[in-house]
Amino acid sequence: MSNQFHIQDWVKIKNGEIFNSGKLIFESTEKELTLFLKECYEFLEIKYPKFHKMDGLSKLGILGSEIIFRKNKSTKDTALVISNNASSLENDKQFQESTKTFASPALFVYTLPNIVLGEISIKYKLQSENAFFISEDFNAGLLKDYSESLLSSEKTSSVLCGWLDLQNGEYDVFLCLVSKEKNIPFSEESLKKLYCAENDKPTHRT
Amino acid sequence: MKKLYLLEDAIISPLGFSTKENIQAIREGKSGLKLQKPKFTENQFFAGIIDEILLNRAFSEIGSIEKFTKLEKMILLAVKQVLDKNKNLDLSETALILTTTKGNIDLLKEPGDFPESRLKLSELGKVVANFFVFKQTPIILSNACISGGLGLAVARRLGNSGIFKNAIVVGADLVSDFVISGFNSFQALSPEACKPFSKERDGISLGEAAAAMLVSFDQPQNSANISLIGDASANDANHISGPSRTGEGLYKSIQKALKEASISAEKVGFLSAHGTATVYNDEMESIAFHRSGLQEVPIHSLKGFYGHTLGASALLESIITKHSMLNNELFASKNFGELGVSKSLNIIQSNKHKEIYYALKTASGFGGCNLALVFKAEKE
Amino acid sequence: MTNLHTELKESIIEQLNLEDMEPADISNDEPLFGDGLGLDSIDALELIVLLEKDYGIKLTDPAQGKEIFVSINQMAQFIEENRTK
Repeated sequence: MSNQFHIQDWVKIKNGEIFNSGKLIFESTEKELTLFLKECYEFLEIKYPKFHKMDGLSKLGILGSEIIFRKNKSTKDTALVISNNASSLENDKQFQESTKTFASPALFVYTLPNIVLGEISIKYKLQSENAFFISEDFNAGLLKDYSESLLSSEKTSSVLCGWLDLQNGEYDVFLCLVSKEKNIPFSEESLKKLYCAENDKPTHRT
Repeated sequence: MKKLYLLEDAIISPLGFSTKENIQAIREGKSGLKLQKPKFTENQFFAGIIDEILLNRAFSEIGSIEKFTKLEKMILLAVKQVLDKNKNLDLSETALILTTTKGNIDLLKEPGDFPESRLKLSELGKVVANFFVFKQTPIILSNACISGGLGLAVARRLGNSGIFKNAIVVGADLVSDFVISGFNSFQALSPEACKPFSKERDGISLGEAAAAMLVSFDQPQNSANISLIGDASANDANHISGPSRTGEGLYKSIQKALKEASISAEKVGFLSAHGTATVYNDEMESIAFHRSGLQEVPIHSLKGFYGHTLGASALLESIITKHSMLNNELFASKNFGELGVSKSLNIIQSNKHKEIYYALKTASGFGGCNLALVFKAEKE
Repeated sequence: MTNLHTELKESIIEQLNLEDMEPADISNDEPLFGDGLGLDSIDALELIVLLEKDYGIKLTDPAQGKEIFVSINQMAQFIEENRTK
């Protein structure tokens, strides 16, 4: 049952750096989030004007997915199993602020964490299983168990799973593509290892 | 995949503080929707809001009313009712699956004495788990308006590999100023009580509720039982806030769920739809149902009774579906007048008796998500 | 092109996050929705907010938006006729 599925590719975005399969592919000293995200967008030469209307969480999701799906073809049923700690609170606060004068529909639409799954689905034409989990910290066990259940029961043949967190302007992204082809065995240990790599210490939120 | 049996449940809503009270109210055609004066909205609107005095009175019997938020009190009351009927349940081996779209979002505007961290859903999970001493870390889902039903699917999918035998699935959300402002900015709130599938429908009514259900892979002793035998979700990949005009994701979800359940559309005896009463949602659903060959199946929406309870809705409405199946009764689709969607549907217009063997529960949500659940009734 | 036309284009570019666009990129009679600028339903809702926020115009029926938001010209004309700010 275990080691039946494998991690094909993964991406990390944190502290101004983007890593793909362990290789640094982009870095920036830009501290302001919107500008940093725009730099990444331009670096990747993504031509998708809708990007600029998205909230920070969705932009991060598109950046991560773009890197993965450029090298690994997604299929219509590639499931999305993503998690974080802050839900959409970063954007929720902005919407709340707008309600003091004129509530903004463009902000309200992003006040749900699963909207990023919708944005990824639209861009890459995925009509697949979605699940957005919230946890205190990166929960490798849950991601592994749930993704594996979808794969084993053949509800899907591949899963993009991981962590996509944004709070107080700080982002922490770890996404990986899992399917049957032999590569890095998909397990709780391997997920933890990849998530913690290139970090000084494992990310922890209190 | 194994069947997931639906055992005891509890509903805390404006219609009552137990499933029994809720079912009785629905049977009598009583709606929880009440007129709300415009606060910061231009127009009046209707919403199903739980009376805080009644809630505190009920909660004071199990905990301190100042220590918990409104949402937490709703959830804790619901879970307590379920646990009280299952005193032998080993909580160290029971998973807790909590589903909500916005959690304690009312604290964003009025934090009271609660710390900012209470806004985090993981903190909400801890509060619930610690109250009952669940040993396992709660599994928390936040997936728009399919959350409550997705919780059942997640329980089945995760538990199927043997990680747990039993789980308490909870779905809850509030009618908060946050959400009222949001839907108002979308021009999506009806000034009247919502009218699902009707010609005059013009928007949603909001609602709040907490629903909890014990689910298990162990066959219950009662030969009359309801189980989840098929579940699927699929994204429309069309728009983040408007449904696909062809009902693509919902259609796909229904097909996959029926296939997994090994039944055809003709076998479905009852369909509990999402039916939010927006022009677009109900139209999309009618198209998806038609494409799936479900146009003859008796169908209702419960939004006329509860309003749209967001993260709670699909779980709450699954509980009502379960009891419909156990009691062989169909409930009318409240506030339905004349059919106002382009495809014909068999909307239930008055309560009636019917033996139901298979039922379908569907839900759709922002972000283009859709969900279909197939329930089976084993009769005595 | 009046000041209102330019002002409107600047507001739309800012409010709708039309990145890297200048007022000169939007012509006065090009369709705002569908082909042309390609705005969507959420943008339409934001334009309703813009009408109230910047010009004090509250649409009694949001469906009116369909006729008003056809083009910059149409919007400017409607605003001239109905503005309270």
